[in-house]
Amino acid sequence: MSIDAIRLSDKDNVGVAIHDIAAGGTVELADIKLAARDPVPLGHKIALRHIRTGEKILKFGVPVGSATVDIPAGAHVHMHNVKSDYLTNREDHWE
Amino acid sequence: MQGYLRKDGRKGIRNHVAVAYLVECAHHVARAIASSFEEEGVQLIGFPGCYPSDYALAMMKQLCTHPNVGAVLLVSLGCEEFRRSELAELIAQSGRPVKIAVIQESGGTKGTIALGRDWVRKTLATIADVPRVPMSFADLLVGTECGGSDGTSGITANPAIGVAVDHLIDNGGSAMFEETCELLGCEAHMASRAATPELGREILRVMRKADDYYRDLEHGSFGGGNITGGLSTIEEKSIGAYAKSGTRPIAGLLTPGILPPKPGLYLMDMVNDGGVRFGIPNINDTATVVEMIACGCHMVLFSTGRGSVVGSAIAPVIKVCANPVTYRKLSEDMDVDAGRILEGRAGLAEVGQEIFDMIRAVASGVQTKSEALGHQEFILTYKTFEPLGPSCLPV
Repeated sequence: MSIDAIRLSDKDNVGVAIHDIAAGGTVELADIKLAARDPVPLGHKIALRHIRTGEKILKFGVPVGSATVDIPAGAHVHMHNVKSDYLTNREDHWE
Repeated sequence: MQGYLRKDGRKGIRNHVAVAYLVECAHHVARAIASSFEEEGVQLIGFPGCYPSDYALAMMKQLCTHPNVGAVLLVSLGCEEFRRSELAELIAQSGRPVKIAVIQESGGTKGTIALGRDWVRKTLATIADVPRVPMSFADLLVGTECGGSDGTSGITANPAIGVAVDHLIDNGGSAMFEETCELLGCEAHMASRAATPELGREILRVMRKADDYYRDLEHGSFGGGNITGGLSTIEEKSIGAYAKSGTRPIAGLLTPGILPPKPGLYLMDMVNDGGVRFGIPNINDTATVVEMIACGCHMVLFSTGRGSVVGSAIAPVIKVCANPVTYRKLSEDMDVDAGRILEGRAGLAEVGQEIFDMIRAVASGVQTKSEALGHQEFILTYKTFEPLGPSCLPV
């Protein structure tokens, strides 16, 4: 059994990929097993359960933003479905 | 550890000659002088502005009397408004050889380069005699910075640096963390770690200032590389960055160029007072590194996920690489491979100990990767800070 992602706190609703994960792959954490719906690169977040719109994204056991849409378990959690509760940059940073 | 003893009692881990330009117009001449002594570790620093700045003068005073600096050549065009005599006098009083070379009075570019090189050559021989004395962790101040952060930074390199910072504090040493704009979301926790409730309130004040400043600016300290690396918000980046500060109490709040009055862990407020006046407070990682060095940092622990290669003038930079893939691409630029933690090849405590051991080695004269590669990044821009209130530095 290989570990693909880690959960930094028991409270977290996202895991962090410890290597690139392909869409459709089975993701294993210490005690969770789920299918990746999207490709999730190293260091990026994956939803460990269904996260409802407006719910806080919890990483390290603390909120790091809010879901802007419903995020299904196994989905890539990033700019397209999360917003900051602090500052939002108006510039487009994507290359 | 052995340090170079300075007149003010501080001890340096390097004995550099610094060549400092006092306006951009003198930069080329200063660079030409310094670059002919690259092997001898001569350092190039300076302030590009012509209009006078109390902040830049205060910063240059601290940088030119930094414990790692043994002598200073000031290169002036001649008509800039920098108060060069005041700076030179202070350097002389600190017991260091100093000379002002004024381009307009020294035969222009060629004449000044020749005069400068001559002075540096003689001075390198003079300062070789500065006594070295035993140095303990109580003599040491270490800065922490992250650059090119990604989703691995907050899991591997930053908490490993936090472990090293805890070791340093427990051994009587001092450390700094900074970039209040990259600590948004951590303010309540930081305030709870403050040595006094009054200091906690000061921390909340500067955090509010950072939040307001970047809202006015409409641009946070979060961008392209962070996003590509998997970070989605400034607060996600902040919580990862905050791990560099370890777990010990926060002894005080500094601004750039203010020396810590006693050993401990310090937070540096780097956001300009008085609203958005000169633009983005720190336009790159080097701006923050220079500010910590101006607070007296002997060296800087620099964590990177995406892969920054920067070093710094005056103080060595220890590069801690968070991401194992990046490490394989840039291993010649990285001092510590913290990505091993993700691959299960090392634990956090082990990498933290490795960083702590490296602090001791670098303080004893071992060169870091960026130092050996000749990195001397430096930048100083306009800013203003109000004096710190008594609650910021509790006795």
